[in-house]
Amino acid sequence: MSVGERRLIREASFGLTNKLWQVSWFYVLLLCALAAVGYAALYSAAGGSPEPYAAKQILRFAFGLMLMLSIALVDIRFIAKMSWVAYAGGVVLLILVLKMGHTGKGAQRWLDLGGMPWQPSELMKIALVLALAHWFHKASWERMGNPLFLIPPAIAVLVPVGLILKEPNLGTAVITAVVGGTIFLGAGMRWWKVALIVGLIALCAPLAYNHLHDYQRARITTFLHPESDPLGAGYNIIQSKIALGSGGMWGKGYLQGTQGHLNFLPEKQTDFIFTMLAEEFGLVGGLALLGLLLFIILGGMFMALRCRHQYGRLVALGISMNFFMYVVVNIAMVTGAIPVGGVPLPLVSYGGTAMITVMIGMGILMSVHVHRDVEFSDGRDEG
Amino acid sequence: MKRENKRTGVFTRRALLVGGAQIAALGALGAKLYQVQVVEGARYSTLAETNRISARLIAPPRGRLLDRFGNVVAGNKLNWRALLIAEQTGDVDATLDNFAQIVELADHDRARIERELRRHRRFIPLTVREFLSWNDMAAIETNAPDLPGIVVDVGTTRIYPLGPSLAHIVGYVAPPNEADVAEDTMFALPGMRIGRAGVEKFHDVNLRGHAGAVQLEVNAVGRVIRELDRQEGTQGHDIQLTIDTGLQKAVLDRLGDESASAVVMDARNGEVLAMSTNPSFDPSLFNSGVSQAQWLEWTKNKKAPLINKAASGLYAPGSTFKMVVAMAGLEARAISPYDSVQCPGYLDFGDRRFHCWSKYGHGSMNLRDGLKNSCDVYFFEVARRTGIDRIAAMANRFGLATKLDIELPGTRTGFMPTREWRMKQGKAWNIGDTIVSGIGQGYMQLTPLSLATMVSRIATGRAVQPHLTRSVSGVLQKGAKAEDWPLIGVADKSLHAIREGMWAVVNEAGGSGPLARLDMPGIQLAGKTGSAQVRNVSREQRENGYKSDNLAWELRPNALFVAYAPYDNPRYAMALVVEHGNAGAAAAAPLARDIMTDVLNRDPAGRREGSQQVASVTVPMPPGLGKNQ
Repeated sequence: MSVGERRLIREASFGLTNKLWQVSWFYVLLLCALAAVGYAALYSAAGGSPEPYAAKQILRFAFGLMLMLSIALVDIRFIAKMSWVAYAGGVVLLILVLKMGHTGKGAQRWLDLGGMPWQPSELMKIALVLALAHWFHKASWERMGNPLFLIPPAIAVLVPVGLILKEPNLGTAVITAVVGGTIFLGAGMRWWKVALIVGLIALCAPLAYNHLHDYQRARITTFLHPESDPLGAGYNIIQSKIALGSGGMWGKGYLQGTQGHLNFLPEKQTDFIFTMLAEEFGLVGGLALLGLLLFIILGGMFMALRCRHQYGRLVALGISMNFFMYVVVNIAMVTGAIPVGGVPLPLVSYGGTAMITVMIGMGILMSVHVHRDVEFSDGRDEG
Repeated sequence: MKRENKRTGVFTRRALLVGGAQIAALGALGAKLYQVQVVEGARYSTLAETNRISARLIAPPRGRLLDRFGNVVAGNKLNWRALLIAEQTGDVDATLDNFAQIVELADHDRARIERELRRHRRFIPLTVREFLSWNDMAAIETNAPDLPGIVVDVGTTRIYPLGPSLAHIVGYVAPPNEADVAEDTMFALPGMRIGRAGVEKFHDVNLRGHAGAVQLEVNAVGRVIRELDRQEGTQGHDIQLTIDTGLQKAVLDRLGDESASAVVMDARNGEVLAMSTNPSFDPSLFNSGVSQAQWLEWTKNKKAPLINKAASGLYAPGSTFKMVVAMAGLEARAISPYDSVQCPGYLDFGDRRFHCWSKYGHGSMNLRDGLKNSCDVYFFEVARRTGIDRIAAMANRFGLATKLDIELPGTRTGFMPTREWRMKQGKAWNIGDTIVSGIGQGYMQLTPLSLATMVSRIATGRAVQPHLTRSVSGVLQKGAKAEDWPLIGVADKSLHAIREGMWAVVNEAGGSGPLARLDMPGIQLAGKTGSAQVRNVSREQRENGYKSDNLAWELRPNALFVAYAPYDNPRYAMALVVEHGNAGAAAAAPLARDIMTDVLNRDPAGRREGSQQVASVTVPMPPGLGKNQ
């Protein structure tokens, strides 16, 4: 075990320069490449112009990059201490958004902070990952076998999920639940319990359907029969498929997409930006982008495996999973594989606060990696 | 260390598993992408490149407004118009330039088109010009090759066959603005109109209907190859009003040139049979946008044609308020009908002297005589004994200065002063204010509609609410039967005393409203006059022989009259205000008599549906509706 043989890093020998040296610059490069794809896409979405999207977006990315690197240098043990503080803050924001947030497209999701509209549910997902990782950090394999030990973290998942459902934002609620569940899995929850919960959810889904909001049901119906409502909710899916299909294998060429540029494609700068790229660059371009995204996701998973403390492992797992869920839901949505859910493609879709939120998550992931070998005792297992 | 290893091992295995699942999921998405882009790609690219599915929404016809006998009050007529479908022309500006050379296109239309172009998806047709003549259409068709993207089609436009006579009730429609489109995207369709005033506004959601859609297969240049699917829109609900348009017009005619308004109600159920306001305006002018000059003419006119004086005009009620004062006094047991008050022509209170309208005084007055002669001193005294708060509360019970359920946006509630209100202003209420309130002067401000409601409630003893909707899509609305309305809950004795006084006003020798007496065998009218000063009369003027006839028009008192008939079996109630008409007895009473005579002859509430000569319209009615008449 070469990893196990490495010396644990002590405070005195771990200065700023050393930390910078430990940052995975290759990973930073991958993120920059993704942001570059986003710039190109937004340039095209505006009909071949940096205004009004691309120029703004690249500035935001530059800001996000600085933010990410700053967070990467923060000691992971300090972040761990702050886990539940962040969680409490997230819950407060979620309650605030229900009380005084403003409504967009039928849901109350946005909160004005510092002059920008934020979706607290996005911040909440990161805070939840931190809090759960903190809870399970000290949990031995035996401890994980005790069902009572699993109840508090389960409540910690259900509270934000419930609040997000209330907004209502079904898509994000499901993503939050899946990300939270992944951490339970990584922490060593027994398989039979996992199977039990998955089974229960499968049984309850039809019941839950009856409690969905009309627009959410409309999305599901539309997804099952997009042609039933070609001008309403089905419009987006049909137009997106036409755009994708007309792109073919090699695409129509950069800035040559007709569906996007003729304004057939709705929200082409946000939720449907992948469609626009795949129309212009074809299947080849689409697969290349998928490949890049997969690299970023697996990079995060690698960092999780490479970390030497449970907290870092679980945080890295959660953040990669969160990023993965964004990607899967967005692309599945635009290809018509799942109902439309209003989930952006991270770092590519236009949107300031979504970008900042993703970069905060990436910063924490980097911090895990930078501090992968620090001494971070769980106080019991390593005496 | 062993336990730690166990935990790490589990994490590693599971993380690898999750990673594998992630790879599989993205792989599946890649496969899905392959299916959409390559396998089905050929089909989709045909759709995109050559034969595009173009969808067009069809604006639904707006529901109609009918009167109580089924006459069309607001309907739709065909409207030929030129539309622009931006996605079908390479150069929008060139197309519009060519269009402007063939058919007149105003600059503001051009600006509006540019604005809408930026707002809507490019397959949504925009209206270029409406109300095309046959010549215009011929010219457009002839020049079609120069006008790519221009389509002529037919929609509907709103017409008001009865024009100004119902303008204030019906209201009008106008093109929707951006906020409306944000609320309901259907408003982006060409030809859509939204109710902006009156019943058109109140019932807008009912009248709107649902958009239909046509799916067309069009080729790359936008020519329609075939129609794939058509879903007709559904027309909005037809709404039947309680108004009798014949009566409405007759009332308006009788008001002549006066700035006046009259409300006629079915006293038993609150149905508004006529609500005429003079002068009026033509609501169809709003449909295509009102010109600046027209607008100025309306807004500068002293007689305010755009204001619905019946529901939104505020007037001091003057002596028509005396019934409420008496009722408050009776119910509070501050007076009995037989108590008498001496009227020497004035009442001194503190250092102020309050004058009766008769300089010489009326002598000994009881309730009946006080109403009959409209003796001010009697009601000064009643008000003084009763107190303003009880009077205000009684006024509210009779529908005054309280929110009425009338379907007219912009209806004013009116105002009734109370001690509390005065205190909030930081001033003390003084008894003098109570005393002038006794004759309906002072701070109070009421609408003719609320006065008509008051008379209805006096006449029937039921708390009816004035309303305008009789049925929606043939379904009779609640409130059409007298039993739908609760009793008002004052003593029958009190109601009788007041009704008797109102009868004496008109029918007894020496009454203050003899000109309102009906010339109809066996039918008598009960009523009350009112003259309300619009400004204070100073002592100096009084001593110098004040005569309101000599004043400038806008300074003269308003003349009012409220009435119901028949006296022995109340059916119809009315309120009438003639702005600056001087005396209620002279200016308003004869009008009231003529209007009530007309009402009784027509008997709109007693006649069955369709019994009038209406050939053009058939209104579907649910079976059994006639029973409710």
